[in-house]
Amino acid sequence: MLQEHAKIVDFISTAEGVTGRKKLQKMIYILKKIGVPFQEKYEFHIYGPYSEELTARIEELCDMGFILEQKEDKSSYVQYRYTVTDEGLEFRNALGKPVFENSEHAIQLNGKSARFLELTATLLFFDDLEQDEQIAKLHSVKGKLNFTEEEIAEAFAFIEELKQ
Amino acid sequence: MDYANQKLAEEKVFKDPVHRYIHVRDQVIWDLINAREFQRMRRIKQLGTSYLVFHGAEHSRFSHSLGVYEIVRRILDDIFHGRPEWDESERLVVLCAALLHDLGHGPFSHSFEKVFNVDHEDFTREILQGDTEVNSILKKVAPDFPKKVAEVIGKTYANKQVVSLISSQIDADRMDYLQRDAYYTGVSYGHFDMERILRVMRPFEDQVVIKSSGMHAVEDYIMSRYQMYWQVYFHPVARSAEVILRKILQRAKYLSGHGYKFEQPPTHFFAFFDQSFTLKDYLALDEGVLMTYFQLWITERDPILSDLCDRFVNRRLFQYVDFDPGKDYKKLGELAQLFQKAGIDPEYYLIDDSTSDLPYDFYRPGEEEERLPIHLLMPTGDIKELSRLSQIVDGISGKRRTDYKLYFPAELLIDGKKKEIKQQILELLREGGV
Repeated sequence: MLQEHAKIVDFISTAEGVTGRKKLQKMIYILKKIGVPFQEKYEFHIYGPYSEELTARIEELCDMGFILEQKEDKSSYVQYRYTVTDEGLEFRNALGKPVFENSEHAIQLNGKSARFLELTATLLFFDDLEQDEQIAKLHSVKGKLNFTEEEIAEAFAFIEELKQ
Repeated sequence: MDYANQKLAEEKVFKDPVHRYIHVRDQVIWDLINAREFQRMRRIKQLGTSYLVFHGAEHSRFSHSLGVYEIVRRILDDIFHGRPEWDESERLVVLCAALLHDLGHGPFSHSFEKVFNVDHEDFTREILQGDTEVNSILKKVAPDFPKKVAEVIGKTYANKQVVSLISSQIDADRMDYLQRDAYYTGVSYGHFDMERILRVMRPFEDQVVIKSSGMHAVEDYIMSRYQMYWQVYFHPVARSAEVILRKILQRAKYLSGHGYKFEQPPTHFFAFFDQSFTLKDYLALDEGVLMTYFQLWITERDPILSDLCDRFVNRRLFQYVDFDPGKDYKKLGELAQLFQKAGIDPEYYLIDDSTSDLPYDFYRPGEEEERLPIHLLMPTGDIKELSRLSQIVDGISGKRRTDYKLYFPAELLIDGKKKEIKQQILELLREGGV
């Protein structure tokens, strides 16, 4: 019961907070793809893999008071920062076993930019394709972002690193 | 003439209660409708367990799919045809995607997917690109055509205008299901002036927009959607049936994994129990097959499986109370322990369920949103986001509503056995708002 909520709280707590909705979406997706048992269903949207279920779950956790959403005004744009409250920690401890055997993953992902995570998540979305097709597909759906060869190589290396 | 452009000698029509007629002229579309994988959708209900609340809601994914096709056909042939912003060469791929967008749905797919960890969208892709009748028809158009159709449905197609016709905040899918579900459930919500909306739709850059003169018809559509979600789709009694259905499948899977010998071996399920299923296994299932097993399982020795099946088949559903998970999650643990003591397995008889909806989402400056908002095309040629102009839409935009319920078998708590424990359970549930 409420186990899926507890997993999200556990993740945000392990990552020591997450800044940016897009970033949070992509981090959970990447973890799911490497085998962390998140249940949220993902579809391909404007910025790559996106889960409406995850958005709803985060909003629910904010309503429950387990996660704090803070708006950070960056003058030209607004960002959302998510942190776990004391009540959230109590909830996690009461309900869920920790999800992460390797908590470094959460920290590693959190250290990456939203752009890089979008790239990585998008490549993973097309991981049933051969690598050259995967790259062609990336350019076809994300043409405007002009990902460089270096960025793409870095993303592939990062995926391998996570899988180990 | 090549297969892609081949027309039937005579137009075929399907009588339809929502759109009056569904018109088919393209040979490809006609052949797809007759493919076995498409015909299978006749045996899958559009609204799953809702028929247990709205007895008319027995309509199928087959009729919905035809409806979505018809809406897109009207948009393309009557509205977009000849407009320079629309690429006419995309016509067939959109029509096929509209027709086939739900092809991978299985029986009672919401529950089935959760228990067996499958995704109907993966199956849609597999049916389109695997060894199927649908694939062999699509391949006759062009070798890469099945992949293109799959990309439109999967929202990864390069032309975003094409994608937004099938999936956006105002798309053909939603326009059909709102009206169709309203018609078959018999509710008075869900109706809106679709003809008007179609007449004011325009292809514009990489999206589809609505002429500002059609704003009020769109307001009506958004409100219909809002009403339908809370009055029909999230009906608490239909959710009770869904909860029981999920628990039946979960119990059958558990029993199979623990060496239980079924009196009627569930051969259709074995590949799903051990996750070794193929597309062929999936396509062999429909709601008739599942209902047959549920009937048979009523006489199984396992008391939980038998009871749950009897509840589903004979509509002896669980009761429910509202609960606030933020405050009550500790109480939930307490209740689970009491259920255990009372001899009622909480895994199958005490279930929390939540559902939520966001009727319309808009673009917030500075925050990258995943949902493309509805844009109105102004007489000046500019576009403006809907909620900036409509006070009604602004009132419900971006506001998610969530409903939490706790489901349990009320009659087992007042059967006179283990009275004291059950009294404690009832008191706790009452505090939750029984």
